Amino acid sequence: MERQIRYQREADLEWARQFTKQPGGERLLSCIQCGTCSGACPLSIYMDLTPRQIIALVREGFREDALRSKTIWLCASCYACAVECPQKISITDIMYRLKREAIRSNLYPKRFPIPVLAREFCEMVRRRGRNSEFWVVFRMALRSNPFVLFSMARTGWDLWRTGRLSLRRERIRRIGDLQFIPAASKEVD
Amino acid sequence: MEPPAKYLYYPGCSLKATGVAYEESLLTTLRLLEIPVEELSDWNCCGATAYMSVSETSATLLALRNLALAHQTGTKDVLAPCSACYLTLRKSQELAAHYPETAKDVERFLEQAGLPRPDSVRVRHPLEMLYTDVGTQRLRELTVRRLQGVRMASYYGCQAVRPYGEVDDPHEPVRMDEVLRAVGVETVDYPLKTKCCGGSLTGTIHEVGLRLNYILLKEAQRKGAQAIVTICPLCQFNLDAYQKEIRKQTGEPIDMPVLYLTQVVGWALGGGFRELGLHRAISGRKLIEQWFTVKKEAETYV
Repeated sequence: MERQIRYQREADLEWARQFTKQPGGERLLSCIQCGTCSGACPLSIYMDLTPRQIIALVREGFREDALRSKTIWLCASCYACAVECPQKISITDIMYRLKREAIRSNLYPKRFPIPVLAREFCEMVRRRGRNSEFWVVFRMALRSNPFVLFSMARTGWDLWRTGRLSLRRERIRRIGDLQFIPAASKEVD
Repeated sequence: MEPPAKYLYYPGCSLKATGVAYEESLLTTLRLLEIPVEELSDWNCCGATAYMSVSETSATLLALRNLALAHQTGTKDVLAPCSACYLTLRKSQELAAHYPETAKDVERFLEQAGLPRPDSVRVRHPLEMLYTDVGTQRLRELTVRRLQGVRMASYYGCQAVRPYGEVDDPHEPVRMDEVLRAVGVETVDYPLKTKCCGGSLTGTIHEVGLRLNYILLKEAQRKGAQAIVTICPLCQFNLDAYQKEIRKQTGEPIDMPVLYLTQVVGWALGGGFRELGLHRAISGRKLIEQWFTVKKEAETYV
């Protein structure tokens, strides 16, 4: 049987404390564990940990459990939890913060398509200033599971015949502006 | 309220590709309303949810560059039709205004790129434009044709109304229903109107994304709607493009038009089938043709 109990020595309370100082994390400690977030979340039934459990883990400093969860990646940023939370905790922003830290600490699930998509997307935007839907999805598929390209072909055909599939690779003129934006992978925030 | 003298249009990536019908119908609607609009020159990607998942600072700077470019033009109101663009642009202003650390990064970036501070720029959504700036009264007056006996479900989705609640109430939005009724469309009660469509999940964790959209379509059908009206290119894409697959998986006869609000309003104001991008639908094509093809003798003038 898998161990369900966490011991105090595994907790990183300093990490939890830092969390409350970052944008969106300020009200973390006022969570009353009511579960409204999990109830409002359209994706909680597919998650390994519910949003309420993530909040509980974060504020008690169980960093790795939170960062390794698939939950943070399933969050589609719909803000349902954030507007329903009776304690006004920006749960969506907390999920974003955890995603960023999971990427930075290399704890994200490697072939899970969602973080792969996020990274491909950022790379393209940083180099060209715009994202071209088709190319981002294509690259994501190559890097996570190339077989999905077969099932995507049908949708691709529907989009093509209705004039909604653009193969153009967009690029902005003043691309130089973006050189002042730090490369996402190297940045610490 | 009066509409501003002019809107700046921020398309974002979707309105140039999968959501091109949204662009077509929005621009047609603005033309019929005689409101000038200009596309923001050299706009860049807003960063959407993906950039925020990788870096907060970069995501903020990326979004703010657009607002700085907008500031330079002198036009204050930036129209961002995509819900993700709307929220991201709006959020970047929020972060820059409330967090000194972010504000410092923003200032440095703008200085290096030789761009002004975008203080006076307002990020607006087409629903806000139609409801608040133009107003339902004016829309009623300008309506030249009505859809008879078609019931639609207004689907607001997530990021246009949440978390800021400036476009409409985040818990119980009603403005899209009011706009639709103003142009003579009957709307049904649709309790799932703010439930998320999953966004990019249909492309990543396909089965989960499909399930979310099945629930949305099924519920609209159960409530007696013959079509769903959206205000976001991703909602429209998800609900429209996967119906064939949903039919195959569930065996249920779902083939429902998924329209943009601007297509329905634009048509009521006299817009044409193709200039509103109505030919770009994947699902419910027969119904769309039946409803929106103008047959001279059958048309009801009001």
